[in-house]
Amino acid sequence: MKHLTEYRDPVLAGQYLAEIKRTVTRPWTIMEICGGQTHSLVKYGLLQMLPPEITMVHGPGCPVCVTPTHLIDRAIYLALECGVILCSFGDMLRVPGSEKSLLQAKAEGADVRILYSPLEAVSLAQKYPDREVVFFAVGFETTAPANALSVIQAHQLGLTNYSIIASHVLVPPAMEALLGDPETVVQAFLAAGHVCTIMGNGEYYPIVEKYQVPIIVTGFEPIDLLQGILMVVRQLEKGEARLENQYARVVREHGNQPAQQAIEEIFEVSDRMWRGLAVIPHSGLEVKAKYVAFDATRKFDVPLTDTKEDETCIAGAIMKGLKKPLDCPNFGTTCHPAHPLGAPMVSSEGSCATYYHFYSALSATAPVEA
Amino acid sequence: MPELDRKAAMQLQCPMPQLDFDIITLGHGSGGVLTHNLLNSGVFDILKNDYLDQHHDGAFLPVRSPVAFTTDSFVITPVFFPGGNIGELAVYGTVNDLAMCGATPRFLSLSFIIEEGLPMTEFWDILVSIKFACQQANVQVVTGDTKVVERGKGDRIFVNTTGIGEIHPKAHIAADNVRAGDKIIVSGQVATHGMAIMSVREGLVFETELESDTCNLYPAVEQLLEAFGADIHFLRDPTRGGVATVLNELAQDCGLGIDLVQNDIPLSEQVEGACEMLGLDPLYVANEGIFIAVVQADVAGQVLDVLRATGTGQNAAIIGAVTVSHPRQVILTSSIGGRRMLNMLTGEQLPRIC
Repeated sequence: MKHLTEYRDPVLAGQYLAEIKRTVTRPWTIMEICGGQTHSLVKYGLLQMLPPEITMVHGPGCPVCVTPTHLIDRAIYLALECGVILCSFGDMLRVPGSEKSLLQAKAEGADVRILYSPLEAVSLAQKYPDREVVFFAVGFETTAPANALSVIQAHQLGLTNYSIIASHVLVPPAMEALLGDPETVVQAFLAAGHVCTIMGNGEYYPIVEKYQVPIIVTGFEPIDLLQGILMVVRQLEKGEARLENQYARVVREHGNQPAQQAIEEIFEVSDRMWRGLAVIPHSGLEVKAKYVAFDATRKFDVPLTDTKEDETCIAGAIMKGLKKPLDCPNFGTTCHPAHPLGAPMVSSEGSCATYYHFYSALSATAPVEA
Repeated sequence: MPELDRKAAMQLQCPMPQLDFDIITLGHGSGGVLTHNLLNSGVFDILKNDYLDQHHDGAFLPVRSPVAFTTDSFVITPVFFPGGNIGELAVYGTVNDLAMCGATPRFLSLSFIIEEGLPMTEFWDILVSIKFACQQANVQVVTGDTKVVERGKGDRIFVNTTGIGEIHPKAHIAADNVRAGDKIIVSGQVATHGMAIMSVREGLVFETELESDTCNLYPAVEQLLEAFGADIHFLRDPTRGGVATVLNELAQDCGLGIDLVQNDIPLSEQVEGACEMLGLDPLYVANEGIFIAVVQADVAGQVLDVLRATGTGQNAAIIGAVTVSHPRQVILTSSIGGRRMLNMLTGEQLPRIC
């Protein structure tokens, strides 16, 4: 496929790997922030191809995974008990709440629909004026503009039957929280290219400065990742800490300003609970008071439920890069995608689920002559 | 004449008869006068053959033993999709399952569960497609059933077909026959059918010229069996769950490992683009118009030549091999040369957030 195959070129990949091997002299621990990057690293078998000095640890960058349980419970309650049309991105449907997932609620008769864009949910609200339509607005900065736009559009259309459950998380505060943790092992970051496409690079300079870590804004294809890793390793080996943009074909220094304006119009920054981690200050987006009519969490009276996470789950240590999925005794035994115990196993882009689907120690064995 | 033109010609040859009803109601499934009106209005005529004409509770069939016997239910949304409809899918689905057993498809049963309110014109279009597909596949519908359920208790129309086929004298198809070193061949581009359906699902509509590749696979299978007999060790059409699921099942059943090479798996640009956009892995997407053959290594090249000369196999390719290493696991060599496990899916493949 044009514009993608060149970033999956085996010859080029080999050249980058050779250059990384030539450059690296000491062990380094690098965290890729985004679940999409973790997915690519494992899906293309890159982890086994990297030299042993490089340890990739997998960050908390799966917004579906870190969505707090109580918000999922609310979405399920709205769909099952309040009769709303609950719209969501597909991968949110399987994530378990306290008692069930949206998929199970759908099986029990709830009107749950998979959509690709929140603007389609606005269209549904126009199509069914007698029904309440709620969009489960999950994601990082990447999906926030479209979700904001849906509220702006519904407001302009004068719709009173559309609202969103905002579950937006912000990347830079999470990186700061990780670096501020005295246990941290992370020596450099591959920042999430799509997030920077919206927000630009500005938020990362203070982090580089304060914590003296290299940050490379990186894409998602194998060549992107290898190039990002090479750029990180070069900095680490020279003792440098700078922000560099590997994903310059997409990411502009100041990001996408109209998108940022849409976010600012609808949302304000708030503290946010990350499932499997903790409450991280200033790491979420809430609907502004001006648009409270479009905030489903305030529009509907939903009883709050007690939620608790499995005590044996090491999700926090995994998302901080302290442990790997294979270090967990629950991995693949009591914890698997059909029965996840914690955040990184709940969605296909969580690091545990990614390992479960793609990773095998046996993958490293040589193939028979095909 | 190309297949689509032939199908259009058949629709012209089989105009819907004048009826005193234009939608199907509960009464049409009651077994009473309305049921007879529906069946006699053209259902029996359009599917006419000596066995069906007996109008008995079952069919008396002259089969030579041994036979293969299979059943499948079709619940597809939407019922009409680019490149076909539920009717031909129900015929080819069961015919192809028989073909995968190394059997020549002969007879089908045909059952409908119809949600009341289905327009008769749509039912007629489905019937015409069934007739066309039966002619293509050289099978006869010999018995059947029609039930109608209340509005909201079904999804327009469900179809079940059950098929009987006669085992080809040269066929010996079983997972037990699979040996280390065997080559794995796919007969065409993967994921075409599933993505064509996905392109017209509510909430996911995207612009594409993709059409389902649903077709009768038996002619290609027959040529392989005639030419290579017992060197064709295993056949399977990777419908639900796609190529990855079928190969995992095979690895489990035969107790051996499977090595796949991603760059060798045929995939159209349109399908690849749609999968990228929706965040789906084409190896888990449903297929209808292709099959997987596991064959003796020394005939693999010739098998490929034969397949590529058939109407449905131009894009056939060797995509991997069976191995004694990593038993019961499927390992894929990625496009950049890395290796990773190709696992079974957990539940339905859901489009990703970003």
